[in-house]
Amino acid sequence: MRYGDHDVLTGVDFDVSVGEVVCLLGPNGAGKTTTIEILEGFRIRSDGELLIFGEDPATAGERWRARTGVVLQSWRDHPRWTPRRLLTHLGAFYAPYGTPSRPRPWDVDELLQVVNLTDLADRKIGTFSGGQRRRLDVAIGIVGRPELLILDEPTAGFDPKVRRDFHDLIHRLSDLDGTTVLLTTHDLDEAEKLADRVLVLAGGRIVADDSPAGLAQRVGGTSEVRWTSGGERFVHATEDAADFLRGLLSQSGDVQDLEVHRASLEDAYLALSQQHEAGSAEQAARRFLEVTR
Amino acid sequence: MSMTASPIAHAVGLGVRRGWLEFVQSVRSTQDQGFYVFTALLTLGYLWIRRNSDSGVPGLPFAALALPSLLAALIVFGIIIGPAYTIAMEKEDGTLLRHRAVPHGLVGYFSGQLLYQSLNLLPQMVVILVPSMLLFDGLMSDVGGWFTVAWVVALGLAAALPIGMLIGGLVPSVQKVGMWGMLPVMILVGISGIFYPIQQLWVWVQWVAQAFPLYWVGLGMRSAFLPDAAAAAEISGSWRTLETVAVLGGWAVVGALVTPMVLRRMSRRQTGSQVQAAREATLQWVR
Repeated sequence: MRYGDHDVLTGVDFDVSVGEVVCLLGPNGAGKTTTIEILEGFRIRSDGELLIFGEDPATAGERWRARTGVVLQSWRDHPRWTPRRLLTHLGAFYAPYGTPSRPRPWDVDELLQVVNLTDLADRKIGTFSGGQRRRLDVAIGIVGRPELLILDEPTAGFDPKVRRDFHDLIHRLSDLDGTTVLLTTHDLDEAEKLADRVLVLAGGRIVADDSPAGLAQRVGGTSEVRWTSGGERFVHATEDAADFLRGLLSQSGDVQDLEVHRASLEDAYLALSQQHEAGSAEQAARRFLEVTR
Repeated sequence: MSMTASPIAHAVGLGVRRGWLEFVQSVRSTQDQGFYVFTALLTLGYLWIRRNSDSGVPGLPFAALALPSLLAALIVFGIIIGPAYTIAMEKEDGTLLRHRAVPHGLVGYFSGQLLYQSLNLLPQMVVILVPSMLLFDGLMSDVGGWFTVAWVVALGLAAALPIGMLIGGLVPSVQKVGMWGMLPVMILVGISGIFYPIQQLWVWVQWVAQAFPLYWVGLGMRSAFLPDAAAAAEISGSWRTLETVAVLGGWAVVGALVTPMVLRRMSRRQTGSQVQAAREATLQWVR
């Protein structure tokens, strides 16, 4: 992908299987949004190949569109509408594309419950807070019961409770509905919680592609074990947390507040983000590649 | 790529529902009611203050002469500026992008706009016509004139609505609608024989005015309301009904051909980051 004579995406190469939750993780300015917009079919790429459901999103038809859900960040659209009316209206566009195994659209009452908007179902959207609007955005994104759901920074501005509800919803969509989910975040913690697979994007290319656990392992550093015993705090760094824990628990009956912290992946990602945002994206990407090799 | 007709027809149906809902929501909103009352007060105030002015046609009250032209100006202004603002705004706030993410959503969106913007004419006409009829005598010379009002309004709508949608689709931001929408329409109102006879202007200005729909909607409305004798005051002393149909029909045909093409191209450029950029630009602007 190229703006003027500046290539913003140079090495983005990955496959996503049906039912997977894939997280595109990267610092601000890494090219996450550009990648997502190309996948959504909203942005024309300058080069490269892309197939989703066997079609190129840039030229795919409305049947393709019906299978793909996009969660957009709303701002002040539809202020005079109510969530119930808007979801009923937008959902109805999917009706011709329903199948016996996947009826479309989603029942509006059920959907409102899923995103926790039942109480606000008949209130004007113009009066909504940012968080309420974001939940409505998610509902609109999934009203057509998509087989692939694409989200760009979906939890930006969520409070912790809403964020956890959102994580539950994503797990529910992927486990119960078999929905494939592709989302971006700049939050490592969120990527680890949500994703089956994490793609780390930096300097316009993918510098790591692995499960959260695999990624942590690849960094290969030490884990930090913290616990309390007899009212005293202990911290121990170890290469093999599992082995250490076996020993610890068999030796002492009084182990409380046990925490295992993989500091190293976090450190590696933090370094990547800092360097990236300081302007040396290419260097940051190269260093992260070395660390995760 | 094969496409069956039924999902498109389905989307048009949903768009019609959308247009009706938006209309009902608009009529119920105090903001839009305020706008209608404002235009009505301005128009009626103007007619009232000048009620004793000379119309130039013996036996014809001034209000009777001025009302059809004012009505034409308000109608054309409304159906150009209304959709221009709506589309420019809904490009920025993400309404359009939402519809782009839905199968045949843009078909639904634009069918809804067509109906909504057309229906908006009704309250606009009612708030001016009803009190005018009560305040002034001899406005409609012949009851058959209402039929002419109907076709002139319908044809004027078909001619001018695509212009408004084009402006809305092409302007880079809402703030630019003033420059590219309001200003040209105001100039047209100034030169189209609404407030004073067009024959008093330079000949080339008369030609410019006659190239656009507004003059012809005004002429058509005058032909509907005024007695035939008043035609003597028009260019070439006639209502020129055939020419009215030809010019307005021409604009309607060209609009119907060009507008969908332009709007399709414009919609294809809608992305989330564009909406985001517009949002940030607005925040900056307000600060």
